[in-house]
Amino acid sequence: MRTRILAAALAVVLLLAGCSSGGGDDGRIVLRFQSLAWQDESVAATRELVEEWNARHPDVRVEYVQGSWDSVHDQLLTSFEGGEAPDIVHDAADDLADFAYGGHLADLTHLLPERLRSDIPPGSWETVTFGDGLYGVPFLQEPRVLVADANRLKESGVRVPTPEHPWTWEEFRQVTKRLSGGGRYGVAWPLRDPVSATLNLSLSAGGQLFHRGPDGKVTVRFEEGDEVVPRTVHEQVNTDRSASPTTLGSGGSDTLPGLFAGKYAMVPLGFSYRQQIAQQAPEGFDWQVLPAPAGADGLTQGVSPQTLSVAEDCPHKKEAVAFLDFLLQPENTVRLALGDWMLPTGRRALADPALHTAEHGWATGTALAGHLRPAPAQTVRGYPEWKDKVATPALQEYYSGAIGLAELRERLEKDGNLVLARYQR
Amino acid sequence: MRTSAAARAGQYAALLAYLVFLAFPFLWLVSTAFKPPAELAALHPTWIPRDPTLANFRQAFGEQPLLRAALNSLLAALAAAVVAVVVATPTAYVTARHRTALAKAAAGWVVVSQAFPFVLLIVPLFLVLKNLRLIDSLPGLVLVYVVWTLPFALWMLTGYVRAVPAELEEAAAVDGAGRLRILLSVTGPLLAPGIVATALFAFVTAWNEFFFALVLLKSPEKQTLPVILTHFIGAEGVADLGPLAAAAFLATLPSLVVFAIIQRRITGGMLAGAVKS
Repeated sequence: MRTRILAAALAVVLLLAGCSSGGGDDGRIVLRFQSLAWQDESVAATRELVEEWNARHPDVRVEYVQGSWDSVHDQLLTSFEGGEAPDIVHDAADDLADFAYGGHLADLTHLLPERLRSDIPPGSWETVTFGDGLYGVPFLQEPRVLVADANRLKESGVRVPTPEHPWTWEEFRQVTKRLSGGGRYGVAWPLRDPVSATLNLSLSAGGQLFHRGPDGKVTVRFEEGDEVVPRTVHEQVNTDRSASPTTLGSGGSDTLPGLFAGKYAMVPLGFSYRQQIAQQAPEGFDWQVLPAPAGADGLTQGVSPQTLSVAEDCPHKKEAVAFLDFLLQPENTVRLALGDWMLPTGRRALADPALHTAEHGWATGTALAGHLRPAPAQTVRGYPEWKDKVATPALQEYYSGAIGLAELRERLEKDGNLVLARYQR
Repeated sequence: MRTSAAARAGQYAALLAYLVFLAFPFLWLVSTAFKPPAELAALHPTWIPRDPTLANFRQAFGEQPLLRAALNSLLAALAAAVVAVVVATPTAYVTARHRTALAKAAAGWVVVSQAFPFVLLIVPLFLVLKNLRLIDSLPGLVLVYVVWTLPFALWMLTGYVRAVPAELEEAAAVDGAGRLRILLSVTGPLLAPGIVATALFAFVTAWNEFFFALVLLKSPEKQTLPVILTHFIGAEGVADLGPLAAAAFLATLPSLVVFAIIQRRITGGMLAGAVKS
C-alpha cells in the first residue's frame, strides 16, 4: 500500500518528464505483451500461444514479458508515466480505473472485432467500461465456491447442494453447525481481505451497499441484503463456533492444511484454488466443489475478471488488437482457462466440453458462470481508500466479535460516506 | 573482571536464542525448498522433508530465467560495491584526517541523508536517469545503488580510517615515505578489513534491492533476481511456495558464500572500526 501511494507520487512527477514511444524495429512491428500468468500450466499455455502467433505473423512479432500480480499496479503506473509501458497489458478489471481515467489505456470501442464483442456477455464488458470507453477485454473470471471434504459431508448425511439446488445462507449455517464439534469446524473462512469476499458474496442476498443517486454520486447504505453474509460469518464464528476463528486473518492457501487434515469440512475459496488442492491434497483425500450459498438473488455473485488491454502509447493498436483476437479465439481461451483453472468469459469458450467435466468440479463452476456480475465497487471512486481505512478494519472487528452489527453499519456508512464524499466533490 | 558461571550460562543461552531467531527463517526456507507439494500443505509440517525432492528447483528454473537474473544481480551488485568503495575510500580518508569545516558539513550531510526514505530519492533519480537515457539499463541501476549506499559506506569507512592511528603515518613520513607510499604501504593494509566490510555491505544491499530494480528496469532480460522472485506470487498473494522457496534459497547463497569467505576479515574490520585507538 505504502509503495502504491508513493508510486502515485512518483507518477505525478514523471508526468513532467515527458514520454517516449515504443514500437517498431527495422520495419518489423514488435509488440511487448506483459502477461501475469504465473501457474506452471498457464505460463506454458500463454508462451505457446505467443509462439504460434509469431510463427504465423513474421511481420508482427510479439515479445512475451513476464509480469507479477504482486507488483503490477505500481509497475504499470511507473511504466505508463515514464513512457516505457508494454504494448499489451494483462491485469484485473478492478485495477484498471486509474489507468483508464489517466489516459494510459487505449479505448478499444471501435477496434475490437464484432466476434469478440458479441461473444463476451454485456455484464463482463461493464467491468471494463469507464466513462464512454472500453479499456480492456475481460477474458477470465472465477466465482467463489465452497471446497468441501467429500467424506465429511457424506458421513454427516447433509444434503449436498448443486447449482440447481444450492444451500440458502441459513441452511449453510445449520450445515456447518452439524459438521462441527470435537475440535473440528464446519467451515474456515479465509478472510485476510474481507471486503471483496463479503461484497461479492453479498450480491446473492440482494446486497448492494453502494447506491448511486440521480446526481451520479455514490453513497454507502448497509441494508438488509448487505447484512446476510456478514451476519452468517459472525454467528458461525462467535455464536455457533462452527467456523474457525483463527483463519479470519488467513489467506486461502493457509486454510488448506486444515482442510486436508479434516479440521475444516469446507473452505470458501476462489475457483482457481482447485489447482493447489489438486496438487497438494494428500492421497485419498476426496474433495468436491459446491456452489456458494444462495440468497434472495439466487447464486449471483460479483467478480472482477482478468483483462487484456492495449496501451494508449502503443503505435500499432490495430496489430495489438489482432493479437488479442488471436489469443482470445475460443479454443485458445479454453487453453488459457484450463491453465489458470478459471472460467472464460466468452460464451463459445465456456461451452467447450473440457470445461464441463465433473473432475475437479469444473462443471459446478461452469454452471455458476451465468450468475456472475461485475463486482459492486468496481466503478466507485474512492473505493480503495474506503476499503483500506474503513471497511477492512470494521469487518475484521465484526467477524472476530469485537463489535456488533450496529457499529459495523455505522462505521461503513458514516465513516465510509465521509471518505467517498471527498472523491465526489 | 571475572564473569560468574551463571552469568556466562545466561550469555550463552541468550546467544543461542538469538542464533535460533536468526537461523529459523533460513532453515525453514531450505526445508520448504525440498518438500513436495503435499508436504507443503501438511497441518503438522516437519523440519526434515519426509520425501525430499528437487522438483521445486527444476520447476523454478524451468519457469523463470533465474540464471540470467542472478547474473544481472551479480553484475549490478559487484559494480555497485566496487564503485561505492572506490568513491568512498578517498573521501572517507579526507573526512577523517582533515577535520575542516567542510569535512564536518559533509559528515552532517551524510547523517541527514540517512533520514530520507528511498522513495523520495527515486523521483529525482528517475528524472536524472531518464535524461541520461539510463532507464532500463544496468549501468543506470548501478548508479542508483551507488548513490543509495554511498552515505552509509562513507560513514562506515570514516570510522575505520579514524581507527588507524595517525601516528603510524607520521612515523612513516619521518622515515622518508612520500604521501602515496604512506597510503599504499601503511594506511591501505590497515584499512583493508574496513574496505572489505564496506564493499560487502554495498554488495548485499544491491543484491537484495527490489524497488529500484522494479521501477527502473523494463526489459525481461535485464531484470534482477528479487524482481524475478515475485513472479512466483500470483493473484491475491497466493504463492507457488515450493519453487519460490527453491529460488529464494539459491538467491541467498551468494551472500552466504561471500560472508563465509571473508568472515574473518570482517570481524577484524568491525573491531578496527569499533575500537578507539
